[in-house]
Amino acid sequence: MPQDDNPPKPEPVPFFQRMLDNPFLLLFIGVVVPTVFYILWGIMEIATIPVAP
Amino acid sequence: MARFRVCPDAGFYFDKSAESLMKVNAVAGVVSLLVAGIMAVGVILTRWQEVHLLPADLFYQALTLHGINALIFWIIFFEIAILYFASSTLLRCRLAAPRWAWFGFLLMVIGAVMNNVAVFQGKSSVMMTSYAPMQAEPHFYLGLILFAVGALIGCFVFLGTLVLAKDDKTYEGSVPLVTFGALTACIIAVFTIASGAIILIPTYLWSIGYINHIDAEMYRLVWWGMGHSSQQINVAAHVSIWYLLAGILFGARPMSEKVSRGAFLLYILFLQLASAHHILVDPGISSEWKVFNTSYAMYLAVLASMIHGLTVPGSMEVAQRAKGLTKGLFEWLRKAPWSNPVFSGFFFSLIIFGFIGGITGVVMGTEQINLIIHNTIYVPAHFHATVAVGTTLAFMALTYLLIPVLFRRELFLPQIAKLQPYVFSAGMTLMILFMLGAGTLGVSRRHWDMDFTGAALSFEYPGTAYVMMAIAGIGGVLAIVGGAMYVIVTVGSLVLGKKLDASAGLLQSFGLSLSPGNYNVEIAEPLLMAPKLTVEEHGSAGFEAPGTFVLAMALLVCFVVYYFINWDYLASVWPLS
Ligand code: HEM
Ligand SMILES: [Cu+2]
Repeated sequence: MPQDDNPPKPEPVPFFQRMLDNPFLLLFIGVVVPTVFYILWGIMEIATIPVAP
Repeated sequence: MARFRVCPDAGFYFDKSAESLMKVNAVAGVVSLLVAGIMAVGVILTRWQEVHLLPADLFYQALTLHGINALIFWIIFFEIAILYFASSTLLRCRLAAPRWAWFGFLLMVIGAVMNNVAVFQGKSSVMMTSYAPMQAEPHFYLGLILFAVGALIGCFVFLGTLVLAKDDKTYEGSVPLVTFGALTACIIAVFTIASGAIILIPTYLWSIGYINHIDAEMYRLVWWGMGHSSQQINVAAHVSIWYLLAGILFGARPMSEKVSRGAFLLYILFLQLASAHHILVDPGISSEWKVFNTSYAMYLAVLASMIHGLTVPGSMEVAQRAKGLTKGLFEWLRKAPWSNPVFSGFFFSLIIFGFIGGITGVVMGTEQINLIIHNTIYVPAHFHATVAVGTTLAFMALTYLLIPVLFRRELFLPQIAKLQPYVFSAGMTLMILFMLGAGTLGVSRRHWDMDFTGAALSFEYPGTAYVMMAIAGIGGVLAIVGGAMYVIVTVGSLVLGKKLDASAGLLQSFGLSLSPGNYNVEIAEPLLMAPKLTVEEHGSAGFEAPGTFVLAMALLVCFVVYYFINWDYLASVWPLS
């Protein structure tokens, strides 16, 4: 129970909290970031190694 | 139609189907740990050169079984149980799609058995990394793929349960921090499993002759997207367990929900990129890629771990001080329940993970000083501090909590349970420290014979390296004793432990539900938001917990000194002046 004297008004939920409350948005970020920076970038590096003559 | 059981001791709401699934996953995990532990005997006694127990082929076979059963099967089975606990039990919600969850579990069991059979047959001693062009038998890869698909189903059941809980309004506000941490683990798991699929499916096709070439570097790159990230599932999971246990043991509340959640977000964003540290010495990949992924990105993930490492003991200190344990810097810690294995396991997990695992991890992740220890026994030393103590011991501590609550049995041989975290941590720490030392002297990992008997290119290690490996061997044996104590207590409790509920019979220990009368709650009381903490509003938490602050400074000093020593050592092994 809140300790305030007057009944609390429902606070607006901050943007950051709304983002953290959305599991699928987080899932999207958590998969895209490493896919781009680690996997895709890495594969590009390997794919552009010239073939030995 | 009632479905929940309220635990009379802990007040947890157990959904009937989630409860059975947690039990079977936890049991399957312990069985895997047992196999891994038996294999550890062969591994450690072979690396102890004076004993040199196994011949080369058996050594590599044992090492493969040890690595896969410990790192993959034990931990992931247990993690699935944690995901169901963190969603269904903590949110007081029925589990989404229990049939799918059972199907996933079945796939995981079939996969784990198939993979083990392949390795036991002897032609798949490729170690857990199974680097191409080394080839295992097809069912080795197929087993891993089935296991991964099963685990992925578990992740989606978890996500589905979050959706259900939100729709049914079983909780107020945001999900609890522990559930949020479990979500982080689940997200990392999805990326992990996707990477695994991208690489293991072609490798499987290659092993049955469908594809004729797997590029070795491509394999390493994508495999480590799985291999490293799966360790980060563990970190997210065991950090969540730390928060859970601090809450249950001390009534501790996170010092700042905002900061802790932000730290989990940093994990989601950056932790997986650190996979690149495994590729640090590979040719063909640019320094830009290596530096971006292992420095800028990794340090942000390390920052997150330091935040958790600070706020978990910090919250515990605040809670203890509020109970009047305010003398000096450390009365709150001295008077903690040291004889309760739930606490000692949790706390050793935290300290050894932070001090040994964390510091060595940052040192190894630094491109230049990585060169000193790359592929030495230093590497297994580091990850035994992280996964074998950090994760495994946290899960062990949680088991001691869950045996009465989930399985409704009293702990079997509580005196042994009380000592277990001490024996396991002491043995592990001894093994880890001396393997770190031996690694710094260049002793290789995954190497059967330090003597290089009959090898064309040989090398003579200094006598200290042999001594260090011998002491590591003694530590390892002690750790195995500690592991055995855990298995004896858990299996003993499930089979022989005093029943806390008349219907908690043998089959109930291995998955069946208790008598129907227990499940007498149809709709759980919604989980209410906790009242606001004053600490959070002032943002002065650092000084509410001076003891923790001192511990953090000690960690920083250790780190700086050790980091400097390594650079100094690099300069001496590679004189540039
Ligand atoms: C119970 C006591 C344990 C002992 C004595 C032990 C000992 C060892 C040793 C000496 C090695 C290195 C061998 C080498 O590279 O030549 C090793 C490797 C390994 N251990 Fe353990 N370990 C134990 C428990 C665990 C646990 C609990 C885990 C994970 C949760 C674990 C995971 C691994 C992994 C993944 C490897 C690497 C395998 C490879 O290189 O392919 N170990 N262990
Ligand atoms: Cu890694």
